[in-house]
Amino acid sequence: MATIQTALPAQKSRRRVSWASGLVWIALVFAALFYLMPVYVMVINGLKDATNVSVATMWNLPDRLSGGGFGEAARRLWPNMRNSFFMVIPATVISAFLGSLNGCLLSKWKFRGSDVLFTILLFGFFIPYQVILLPLVRFLQLIGLYGTVPGLVLVHVIYGLPITTLMFRNYFAGVPTELIEAARVDGAGLLRIFTRVMLPLSIPAYVVVAIFQFTNIWNDFIFGVTVVPNPAAQPITIALYNLSGSFSVDWNVVMAGALVAALPTALVYVFLGRYFVRGLLAGSVKG
Amino acid sequence: MTTPPLIKQEVAGHAAARHRRALIPERAQSFLLLLPSFVAIAIFVYVFIAITFYISISNWRTLKVDLSVRQPPFATYAELFALPRFQADLRNTVVFTITFIVLATLLGLALAILLDRKVLGHTAFRNIFLFPYALSFVVTGVAWRWIFNPETGINLLFNALGVNAALAQAGLPPLKPGWTTDPTIALKINDLLAAVWPGAASLQVKLGIPVALIPVAIAATWQLSGFVMAMYIGGMATISDEVREAARIDGATEWQVYRRVIIPMLNPVTIVVVVLLLHTSLKIFDLVFTMSGVGPGFATDMPAIFVFETMFKATRYNLASAAAIFMLVVVGLVIIPYLARSLREE
Repeated sequence: MATIQTALPAQKSRRRVSWASGLVWIALVFAALFYLMPVYVMVINGLKDATNVSVATMWNLPDRLSGGGFGEAARRLWPNMRNSFFMVIPATVISAFLGSLNGCLLSKWKFRGSDVLFTILLFGFFIPYQVILLPLVRFLQLIGLYGTVPGLVLVHVIYGLPITTLMFRNYFAGVPTELIEAARVDGAGLLRIFTRVMLPLSIPAYVVVAIFQFTNIWNDFIFGVTVVPNPAAQPITIALYNLSGSFSVDWNVVMAGALVAALPTALVYVFLGRYFVRGLLAGSVKG
Repeated sequence: MTTPPLIKQEVAGHAAARHRRALIPERAQSFLLLLPSFVAIAIFVYVFIAITFYISISNWRTLKVDLSVRQPPFATYAELFALPRFQADLRNTVVFTITFIVLATLLGLALAILLDRKVLGHTAFRNIFLFPYALSFVVTGVAWRWIFNPETGINLLFNALGVNAALAQAGLPPLKPGWTTDPTIALKINDLLAAVWPGAASLQVKLGIPVALIPVAIAATWQLSGFVMAMYIGGMATISDEVREAARIDGATEWQVYRRVIIPMLNPVTIVVVVLLLHTSLKIFDLVFTMSGVGPGFATDMPAIFVFETMFKATRYNLASAAAIFMLVVVGLVIIPYLARSLREE
């Protein structure tokens, strides 16, 4: 009742503000329903058992919960999920390391034409990959990596170079050059300055780049589907595509499979969301 | 802090001189260390593009390799643009791009503005809106394909919400769109176009909006509007509160503050957003491929799918390469000015 004593106009304006905030909140709730709707469909149908699941009742909650869909999806997708991990982990580590070396050199050891070279490199990130697929497939056949997970690692490392270089270059631009000067006074050369001074400083950038690359490479479809024709060696996104198009698979398994395939990047998002957003902005705002 | 300016300058001068001396061999080292990456990109991007271009003007149109140059060399491109399927792809790209960019940009901006009020739980809302961006297009395609299933999906929701009962009372047919299976073209622009430009009548593909493209654009918006929102939130964070305060003191309503002050200040963000969404939409592949495929009557076919199928299923290598080169040119027209501007700004 203390509010009674406050001046009337102030109270009035506060009430107007909270009223508007209420409307904003309701709008946000509706938006959230839209964003959660597909997740709802995947979760409730993934939890139905094979006899209970039907597209006609896709919005209904399950009569009884069943883990059968998830079990079957995990059983079918596990080999491909393993392929994805074997592809994503080395590709992320190698492309992040090369990106940090390139980014550091391009921001702290510039030479004539290095900015133009960087832009030429960066264009590689934006090309539609359809324009290199045919020579790429031939090249991989030539070196014996066609249809293999190591072949995919090579592909993701190379086509990841532009974006990892960009992200590290932006990061190192904010590192003071005085640090290099100081190390140089102590007699350190380029490689020592990079490994002893710049690399330890760039751990935060490594986290951001690693998350960005992990998500990108995990979610890739076009390279997986063209470079690896053998279903047993394909990454999980292609396996999910095949699962969803198969008529012999129950629908609850497909929905559960979509969630299983999404799980690793979803977990990264939930637990490391802050870095995820940072990578997203770092990878796009500055060219 | 108290160092006399003269001495400070001298020290800086010495450091700069040493810097310059040391840099000469280090620049060469820098170049040599960068060389492997540059060579890799030179081969895997630029040489491969050159090879694809060469294939596009060659006679290689079956599994049997034939690398002789076709006469006339650009005959494959003429063939490409005369194909009804590729004409449909061009129409689809234009329709999809416009629908998707308008929806995603407006929704992303609206969410950023709503969140700018920092109401209860705004962090949780932001995380929910951005969540789809972490998922693969294949997952999105699988989920949304069923939501837009014409027999069930969202049409069941229309029933449940009483939309169709209300329509029946009003004597109207039920709202039961065919969504992904409906090749019907909304808005017959052809007749209009033919009235203005008689040559348009000879176009083999009907212009207008294939209904089946709308669900795809909605799914793409679901996935990428969170990214747009994050970009706008990032942009808004750089606008100081004083700007808003000043506008409010001048008597602007909340709506006017955004409409007249904040949104115009966000123009640079809008440009980046539109360029990036445009380039995504010109290349869109996985989402459409999973969600609707080529669609009835190529209603949801896209250049990226055309290249993929013509290259790896039909093995019409020169035709697929020509379409891929065309995609590259279109993406390049969007991206190269953007990159050139970023380079100049530095």
